[in-house]
Amino acid sequence: MARIVPLENCSMAKKVRIRVFAILMAFTLSGFLLLFLGHNPFEVYASMLDGGLGSSYRVKETLIRTIPFALTALGIGLSFRMKFWNIGGEGQIMMGACSATFIGLNFQQLPSFILLPLMAIAGMIGGGLWALIPAFLKVRYRTNETILTLMLNYVALKWITYLQYVLWRDHEAFGYPKIPNLVKNAQLPKIFGLHIGVLLVPILVIGIYLFITYTKKGYEIRVIGENEATARYAGMPTSKIILGTLFVSGGICGVVGMIQVAGVNMTLSIDVSNGVGYTAIIIAWLAQLNAIAILVVSFLFAVMVEGGSYIQTVFQIPQAAASLLQGLILFFVLGSEFFIKYRVIRDRKTRIVTEGEV
Amino acid sequence: MNNEFVIRMEGITKEFGSLKANNNVNLNIRKGEVHAILGENGAGKSTLMNILSGIYTPDHGSIKVNEEEVAFHSPQDSIGAGIGMIYQHFKLISAMKAWQNIIAGPSGSLMLDKKSCKRKINEICEETGLSLNLDAYVSDMGVGQKQTLEMLKVLYRGAEILILDEPTTVLTPQETDRLFSIIRKMRDSGKTAIIITHKLYEVMEISDRVTIMRKGEVITTLNTKETTQKEIAEIMVGKSMIMEFPRLKIPRGDVVMKVKDLRLEDLVSMRKLNGVSFELHHGEILGVAGVSGSGQKQLCQALTGLQKIDSGSVSVDGDEIAGLTAYDIFNKGVAQLNFVPEDRLGMGLIASMSLVDNVMLRDYQNGDSIFIDSKRAYKRTEELVEALDVMHPGIDKPISVLSGGNLQKILIGREIMSEPNILIASYPVRGLDLGVTHKVVELLNEQKQRGAGVLLIAEDLDLMLEVCDRIMVMYCGKISGIVDPETITKNDLGVLMTSIDEECPNG
Repeated sequence: MARIVPLENCSMAKKVRIRVFAILMAFTLSGFLLLFLGHNPFEVYASMLDGGLGSSYRVKETLIRTIPFALTALGIGLSFRMKFWNIGGEGQIMMGACSATFIGLNFQQLPSFILLPLMAIAGMIGGGLWALIPAFLKVRYRTNETILTLMLNYVALKWITYLQYVLWRDHEAFGYPKIPNLVKNAQLPKIFGLHIGVLLVPILVIGIYLFITYTKKGYEIRVIGENEATARYAGMPTSKIILGTLFVSGGICGVVGMIQVAGVNMTLSIDVSNGVGYTAIIIAWLAQLNAIAILVVSFLFAVMVEGGSYIQTVFQIPQAAASLLQGLILFFVLGSEFFIKYRVIRDRKTRIVTEGEV
Repeated sequence: MNNEFVIRMEGITKEFGSLKANNNVNLNIRKGEVHAILGENGAGKSTLMNILSGIYTPDHGSIKVNEEEVAFHSPQDSIGAGIGMIYQHFKLISAMKAWQNIIAGPSGSLMLDKKSCKRKINEICEETGLSLNLDAYVSDMGVGQKQTLEMLKVLYRGAEILILDEPTTVLTPQETDRLFSIIRKMRDSGKTAIIITHKLYEVMEISDRVTIMRKGEVITTLNTKETTQKEIAEIMVGKSMIMEFPRLKIPRGDVVMKVKDLRLEDLVSMRKLNGVSFELHHGEILGVAGVSGSGQKQLCQALTGLQKIDSGSVSVDGDEIAGLTAYDIFNKGVAQLNFVPEDRLGMGLIASMSLVDNVMLRDYQNGDSIFIDSKRAYKRTEELVEALDVMHPGIDKPISVLSGGNLQKILIGREIMSEPNILIASYPVRGLDLGVTHKVVELLNEQKQRGAGVLLIAEDLDLMLEVCDRIMVMYCGKISGIVDPETITKNDLGVLMTSIDEECPNG
């Protein structure tokens, strides 16, 4: 029989070897899949790259996709630091988008330089409050935050659906169920051909890195995440810190919602977050919550997603197959973590003979 | 009873890091006896039994069951050899009925024959005198019934040898009587029972033989009939070691902490403080002795604001701190009270963080800036490491790579850095070698010299008799006596610790 034992101190070289091997395995396996579908896997992979980075337009598209990935991963990464499993990035994005849109639709006469910051603050508060609900329930009643944040995603989704189909429905859209577009004042200005939200990425990457590593609050978050008993022992107000961090964590997701509304879609719809909240969990995890690694992983993910949709059109590969390809890569990379943390050993077969047994 | 050994453990050694939990242990169990394993917390009883039940594999040594050498890799191997363990914390599925819990397990056939299962269970019940409503749900059962169910479970799987880990901790006296009569009946039907315990009167009442362990080693095995409670107590706490700790003879100062009628009920561990009152003076070391689980942990947590108290008062230099949280006590500067917890890496230190990050835990708030003063943190860490001679691979490395002794130096060093008025040290020398133990005692004495009141919770009576100015004995959440170590004997201490004539209702 084989047993699994924890592996201590996996060397850096070995970690890299394991991860590279995992990625190769993923490409090999999906290569067979592509062969089965009648395509040359090398051509497909090449054009995937081409689709993600092949022209300045495509690079731009990839970067626009990187922004929500990176920001959301940074946001929920903060809760993960405290071992608060915030699966609710999706809902927090939606609620942030919702409150930002509320401001954007109702105060459109305001000049841009007032309206946009107002929308961002509204987005932050919307997402932050949405994250505070499970945080408060956990601190006060020890509820399970994973379930609650997940469930609140569906509540948020249904709320946006209600807004889109009933409450905020644009009656001049020829019966099409949509919320009115934001006016020019409420749209993010462009910089280098991208919306200005892109600036937030380096600011937050560096800011969060400095915050976690060098500030007193960041230290408290790290201590709580590693050992809550010790945090209480050291006289840290753990409940307050958990609530505060979750507000910021959800608030960052809320700002992502505002950016998507005001910089990309120009309106609120049920597709506003489009799974970003979930993808960000994987990104944060793969990057091991390191702010700079989050940036890199987010970009690679964006390439994969953009490239994935490109090969759909070029090779007429069904969308499901492109998703399968992404899934395989994720599966192998995440699965390889097992071999970094554990090893499998084989037991010597021992037979135990007891009395009464012949 | 005959002289056939059903279990022979020879030369068992098990190390956890640098700690030898079991050191060259030999244990023989006769067929059909009730064998008690006695020892204080950390004596290695549970480790030894976990080895016998297949949870741990020993580093060295051999186990023979019915003179047949065996190697257990899992509890399934052990139960296959007829050894079943009943844990202190039950492992039952509460949403299932009793009989379903009994038959649930790895060695079943695909199809269930409910009738024959129940028949077999009923046969076991008849044979052993256990009785239980098999159709009751576990969630509806009391503690005693759950224990019965656990026993039925291992018997059903063919256990001939039962290991019971502190079985009476959770039972009322009446339930304990019932358990003991069942154990006797099982012995009469040819089964063997091993009972882990630290209660002397239980040993006297139920066991045929008793093995006494101390510090990972078996001291001796005695026939219960041929010994006395006093003799066992003496062996359990140990003869004087060749170790001298100087008691610092200085006049003690005024009262620094006054504790009055402290009461609390810990619903998680079922332990209580039943009205604890004492005074701690400046410039003294007040020892707290007692069998583990007598309320020492609750006392520490109550004094440091980590656990809510129900009533009572704690005043430090006239300021009332009872009812304040650890945060209040620490940040509002009400009391200069520092605490060295017993479980170093569970509370007190953070395993994955660096030495620097650990040392600054108490004073990271220093300064008005939102940023940590890392220059100061590094400097203080370097000073501490140098002053206490801590062996380390680098102060930026995770603290978990340090040995137990070095961890303890860092922990105590950090806690005394701010020169507190009161230092509470919970089991500060547990698991440490002689050299570090000396160092720790030296540090405690330094605090006393400086004028701090030191509350020292420990299990090593020899050390306490040498170092402490007074020893307070706890039993059953109460103080059973405060004695002068110069005049008291260890035997008398032992009597206070176990309070033979009084049974503790909650273990």
